[in-house]
Amino acid sequence: MVRLEFDPNPPGNRVWLVMGLAVLAAIALSSLIFWSYGVPPVTAYLTLFKGTLANPAGIAESFRRAIPLLLIGAGLSLAFRSQFFNIGAEGQLLLGASAATGVALFIPLPAELKLVTMFLAGFLAGGAYALIAALLKSRLGVNEILSTLMLNYIAVYIVQFLVNGPWKGRSLMGFAYTEQFPAAATLPVIGGTLIHWPTLLLGVLLALFLQLILNRSTIGYELRVVGENLEAARYAGINIGRTVLMVAMLSGGLAGLAGVGEAAGIHKRLLDPAQISLGYGFTAIIVAWLARGNPALTIFTALLMGLIFAGGDVMKLNLQMPFRVVDVFSGLLLMFLIGSEPLARYRLKFGRRA
Amino acid sequence: MEEIFSALARAMAFGTPILLAALGEVVVERAGVVNLGVEGMMAVGALAAFAAAQTSGNPFLGVVAGVLAGGIAASAHAFVSVNLRANQFVSGLALTMLGLGLSGLLGNKYVGAPLEHPLAETGFTWAAVVLSIVIWLVLYFTRTGLVVRSVGENPAAADALGLEVYLVRYGATIFGGMMAGLAGAFLSLAYRPSWSDGMTSGLGWIAVALTIFVAWESIRAVFGAFFFGLLYHLAFRLQGRLPSEMLLALPYLLVIVVLTLAALRRRQGNAPEGLGLPYERGTR
Amino acid sequence: MREPVLKLRGISKRFPGVVANDQVDLDVYPGEVHALLGENGAGKTTLMNILYGFYQPDEGQIELSGRPVRIGSPAEAMRLGIGLVPQHPLLVRRHSVAENLALGLPTGWWRPTKPLGKRLHELKQQYRLDVEAGALVEQLSPGEKQRVEIIRALLRGAKILILDEPTSVLTPQEAGELFKVIQRITQSGGAVLFISHRLDEVLEIANRVTVLRKGKAVGSLTPPTDKATLAEMMVGRQVSFERERGMAKRGAPVLEVQKLSVFSDRGLPALRSVSFNLHQGEVLGVAGVAGNGQSELIQVLAGLRKAVSGSVKLDGRDITGKTPRQLHTLGVAHVPEDRIRMGVVPSMSVAQNLALRNYFRPPFSKGLWLDQQELDQNALRQIRQHEIAAPKPGTEARLLSGGNIQKIILARELAGNLKVILAVHPTYGLDVGASEQVHATLLQKTQEGAAVLLVSEDLDEIISLSDCVGVLYAGELVGPVEATSVTREQIGLWMMRGETAFTTIEA
Repeated sequence: MVRLEFDPNPPGNRVWLVMGLAVLAAIALSSLIFWSYGVPPVTAYLTLFKGTLANPAGIAESFRRAIPLLLIGAGLSLAFRSQFFNIGAEGQLLLGASAATGVALFIPLPAELKLVTMFLAGFLAGGAYALIAALLKSRLGVNEILSTLMLNYIAVYIVQFLVNGPWKGRSLMGFAYTEQFPAAATLPVIGGTLIHWPTLLLGVLLALFLQLILNRSTIGYELRVVGENLEAARYAGINIGRTVLMVAMLSGGLAGLAGVGEAAGIHKRLLDPAQISLGYGFTAIIVAWLARGNPALTIFTALLMGLIFAGGDVMKLNLQMPFRVVDVFSGLLLMFLIGSEPLARYRLKFGRRA
Repeated sequence: MEEIFSALARAMAFGTPILLAALGEVVVERAGVVNLGVEGMMAVGALAAFAAAQTSGNPFLGVVAGVLAGGIAASAHAFVSVNLRANQFVSGLALTMLGLGLSGLLGNKYVGAPLEHPLAETGFTWAAVVLSIVIWLVLYFTRTGLVVRSVGENPAAADALGLEVYLVRYGATIFGGMMAGLAGAFLSLAYRPSWSDGMTSGLGWIAVALTIFVAWESIRAVFGAFFFGLLYHLAFRLQGRLPSEMLLALPYLLVIVVLTLAALRRRQGNAPEGLGLPYERGTR
Repeated sequence: MREPVLKLRGISKRFPGVVANDQVDLDVYPGEVHALLGENGAGKTTLMNILYGFYQPDEGQIELSGRPVRIGSPAEAMRLGIGLVPQHPLLVRRHSVAENLALGLPTGWWRPTKPLGKRLHELKQQYRLDVEAGALVEQLSPGEKQRVEIIRALLRGAKILILDEPTSVLTPQEAGELFKVIQRITQSGGAVLFISHRLDEVLEIANRVTVLRKGKAVGSLTPPTDKATLAEMMVGRQVSFERERGMAKRGAPVLEVQKLSVFSDRGLPALRSVSFNLHQGEVLGVAGVAGNGQSELIQVLAGLRKAVSGSVKLDGRDITGKTPRQLHTLGVAHVPEDRIRMGVVPSMSVAQNLALRNYFRPPFSKGLWLDQQELDQNALRQIRQHEIAAPKPGTEARLLSGGNIQKIILARELAGNLKVILAVHPTYGLDVGASEQVHATLLQKTQEGAAVLLVSEDLDEIISLSDCVGVLYAGELVGPVEATSVTREQIGLWMMRGETAFTTIEA
């Protein structure tokens, strides 16, 4: 006889096992989607494999996609730990890219200071944009999920306005681009790929640093108390408003950095928002969730989701499927992940009732 | 005079999908479930409605398909948030991703396809107004409404009286999905009789915000939705005089303003007390 | 001999790691009050949940009027004629009484509350149970809410009424009223299962008593005999009923509260111009029915709520409006009302919970960084000193029992140089042993010169610990008066009516 027994304190390895099963289930269910689109699942998976893991260019592509996911995901895992559901990373990324563009094109600076200033401006712009939602939450109790989401839409129109209006490049007739960045404002890439390694390095370092902050600092302590028991935080005299604002600034700032990386490393200009970000802000939610709120683990989970993005490109090119297929998979994966979480709290018992 | 009437008519058309979806969300949240997947369910409903109407040639069949598709999408949320007791906010978000993704993917072949018999907008509008009154009557004057409200306020109390909390929450969630599907059907069969990826353009989110703003009251939702519609229409009329991006961003900015106003007026005090909290027997 | 209406044989229920009920037998006869007596954690609640269909027993048999039954759900329990009046009312706060009653009855679809009026009138005639059908539940007193629960059970045709700790929220006078209602119910043939841990009231009301200890029915008495025997059966050893408090050495006033007024969360006056002095080495007990301003009083003194007017002085210094952290630094400790929701962070380790007040200053932190070693060493010290049953400093707090969580809180709060201890329901939900320890710790602190403001709904606790007693009623403080100068009944009257027509004895 097999039965389920409730176990409120699941051991860590079972939690990871259940999560692994959820990922597999999401992959299995996507074959249904491929099939309904008229692509035999086996063909789909084979194409995917050949285009990504079995192909150096595919792997490079995964790394390139993982860069913004890592930066955003590391910040979001901090935000989620403190129960600040920042769904607005997409908008924060766009503002970061815009700020970097402003610095790159319009602020005269010595070449060696250019990139540093761009990253700084991107961090501040993304962070400040997230602060709007954090202020509304901490002062008035406005739900941050809705406000950050709305700010995403607004950011899209801000960028569209910029590239169609005041920042539109004069040399480009008819295209909604800015001028190309000067060489000093672009990031070096690893030869033959689009991996702008300085951003990747920054992401890895920041992810490790945030993990350290979370586990070992008084700020991290406050952040965890606020996230896990608001009443206790109030009781202990922790400044909750300040903690929420700081988390917003950090997670928004990291998303802003991701935007700088995309603008200065890939496109070398500001352009249509749909091209700057392919929904990194949303996918990074999954990156953070998979890492279970540990910034350091987003180094791996970001790579996994980067692989899925690269897979989306392959499907689009080789099977003529819309890139939306990535959303479908992401949505499925997220649903399975959160749905499986409570399941980890049950254990299978074999044998008769004791 | 005539101009004012036509402006009002347009405002009502703009407001109709918001109203339909918000009415559904009012019922869902009254039963204690938050479903942030409205945008996704609306997209799925719009595609299903268009596909069914286009293939069968019968737009009413399209409406049925849209409603059903919305209901099916919602049942995924119900399962994850009611049975599995997962985080409702994230589940709704996942549903939006999934709904937008699926409709974009499967709808690819319908892009640009014509619809022979579009439906009239006014039919949907009047149906929405009538529904808002019916929902109000049911919520406050019938046993069904009493049960739904009680489950949303205090599921433990309802459970102790032998009411099926899960069933009620399922029912409400699926009803909400059907309403979102209906809103989608309005978009793809009447408002803009066609299918395009992303045609819901954030209306679902506005419906969620409206639900909070009208303090979970279906009749107030009518005025709220048409107010939004009027603003959309004004933004439309002002085109050319202001940068179009500013006008396009206006509704989203407005949602934030509306939520802020609602918070300032302490409207959130009216939220059902069990809202967003999964219920599990024995963990009162 | 009559047939028992309810008969339990060999009921056992296990949870991971605990045997909550172990081979329990129980007979309840019609027209009688059967008391189920036991400490917190003795298994009373589990047994009640089994009877009401929330849990299924692992072993054993339930018979109703001689027929074996399986009670699969609360709905089924009710169909079988079992009604439950829970300790904390399970009512929809923001609905009317009528809506709450209709919810539990088979009614028509349209306007379900309509036919209630007539049936309520019948009940009023039969049991003298009266309640305003149109009132919102949130406006009712705890006693009135309980009446709604009883009416609901009777309307649903309950023949066996389970009352779970029914007097815990009542004043002694309200409890008396309740006992009259219970008598009317048994007189008309109903059976009552009365769950309690209070000996006096069990002796007063019960025809039979079954005592539970550690999940086992350790004895049944018909009719119940004397208090000492019952107490010994319940606790497993002799219990003294002496006042725990000796005469106090009262010092200078340490906390001076002047005309303090506070609003509740909903913006209504919660404290109205409350004044009192708390002296060094003194225990001031504040009694009152829940919701009369006790929570707000503690919150404002702990810095968690803003005062609207009035002042608070600590050792002559104005401390009105100081933050929780400042107050703690000045020597105000706070043992909070809801220990899991406020006192600890359940998902964090014992070591980290022990540092909740001081994590940001040396020795726990060095600048921005926490000193993990110092946290662990502190935890090891406290675990040893306070006998906290935690395997290691890294154990998550949620894995500990209520008593051990309370020990963590006490270890943390009562460390260092204290002036005032704000203690709210410090023994709520703890067993007798753990409660005695908590009391001893608090009294020990008064010997060292600290003053204790004790808020409790348990009158026995207040009377046995306090030097002075005050009662909060509708936000006004009656008293405080010398504990020895006042009777239990007098306190009860103040809890109900808050009359102030007596002379305040000031030190």
